Amino acid sequence: MRVLMPSALHAYTTQPWVEAEGGTVGEVFDDLERQFPGIRFRMVDEQGVIRRHIRLFHQRAMVFDLATPLQADGELLIVQALSGG
Amino acid sequence: MSALEMKQGQLVLLVATRKGAWLYHSDAARQSWRVDGPHFLGHIVNHLVLDPRDGRTLLAAAKTGHLGPTLFRSTDLGQTWQEAARPPAFGPATNGLEARAVDHTFWLAPGHADEPGVWYAGTSPQGLFRSADGGMNWAPFSCINDDAQYRQWFGTVQDGTPDGPKLHSIIVDPRDAKHLYFAMSGGGVHESHDGGLSFAPLVEGMEVVEGFDPAEISFHDPHCMRMCPSNPDRLYQQNHCGIYRLDRPGTRWLRIGRNMPKEVGDIGFNMVVHPRDDSTAWVFPMDGSTVWPRTSPDGRPAVYATHDGGETWQRQGKGMPAEQAWWTVKRQAMTADKQDSVGLYFGTTSGELWQSRDEGRQWECLARHLPEIYSVEVAYPR
Repeated sequence: MRVLMPSALHAYTTQPWVEAEGGTVGEVFDDLERQFPGIRFRMVDEQGVIRRHIRLFHQRAMVFDLATPLQADGELLIVQALSGG
Repeated sequence: MSALEMKQGQLVLLVATRKGAWLYHSDAARQSWRVDGPHFLGHIVNHLVLDPRDGRTLLAAAKTGHLGPTLFRSTDLGQTWQEAARPPAFGPATNGLEARAVDHTFWLAPGHADEPGVWYAGTSPQGLFRSADGGMNWAPFSCINDDAQYRQWFGTVQDGTPDGPKLHSIIVDPRDAKHLYFAMSGGGVHESHDGGLSFAPLVEGMEVVEGFDPAEISFHDPHCMRMCPSNPDRLYQQNHCGIYRLDRPGTRWLRIGRNMPKEVGDIGFNMVVHPRDDSTAWVFPMDGSTVWPRTSPDGRPAVYATHDGGETWQRQGKGMPAEQAWWTVKRQAMTADKQDSVGLYFGTTSGELWQSRDEGRQWECLARHLPEIYSVEVAYPR
């Protein structure tokens, strides 16, 4: 699955679009962590909650839960919400 | 000062800000400075500390507005950085208590000289963490993070500082690696004699906001606590409610801030101690009246020094603006070096870095136009 990464995480991925495997958001994040160590904790806290300024979109809908299933032929867009000055 | 430090004589100021970190390299006379930075531009860097045991390992506590907290480590003075494999993070819910998540690591403290590689970290919300491998892997430390009594003493987010409640001022007794202190805003001062297996409050004599009960630990708000390097039995503390000194084995804090000029008061965030004289300490008072402006009192900034353990205080503002300077200096943003005479340094929330080469008698601005300064530390690299 193609995953769009926000610029704040390009230090990990070096590019905006990456490929990651998984049937749920959580599985895709696990694969991202495997490929780019440390990246998951920047987006998801230790209790499994997606961090406050991280927004996920799949099939044009916002996603709030790591257990959300993903369509294999879709894309996961990860964006950074506005966050102060 | 060690022989090695004497020989090298050159120090580095580690300046952490709301938008990144900078390193200021001095010449031997502390007259000219070479700036190196920004590191982590755009990152909120709460603390940047060099390990005095190896003179090489630099740790930075960082996060950004969007991303979660992490730590970075360098062994070449910031030429290259490596992210911690496992930054401080709380465990799952336990003891029937609500699960928590680290918002940011606030305080970094190298461990005892006999325990190379050991570091401690204090977080917001209040948590205590330890690394045994030089800051690469961190684990919750001690019982306090998930202890029902400590959870009560932590208070709520509403009880904490504007940037979130914090665990800070982690101190390791140089005579005994198992003797530890830490402080919390809010939540008081705490001490362990068993290497962190257990902690107990150490708040006797400390005052709280009028109308509240000082017996309630959660009402205590120490802002910064320091141990005298020349006398580990002497602690100084700047608190939300005054300046204090504690001489161990005594357990009662003495409010030495009562001796400050009444028009200035004894509220502030910083506490700095002399490296060789336990009677000398410095504070940077702020306006803690009415709505707590957190500015220099009357817009006239100055450091105040004591040379007699807090019996008397002297104003030290020569070189600073005489008026209309509404500075705030955060609790980690003032420090001293080990030279003779002692150099003092502070950074303001308005991005100015100031220094004195003569123990506070004369001040000069070292840098302007930095982001809001969160911490200033002195390092002696080897």
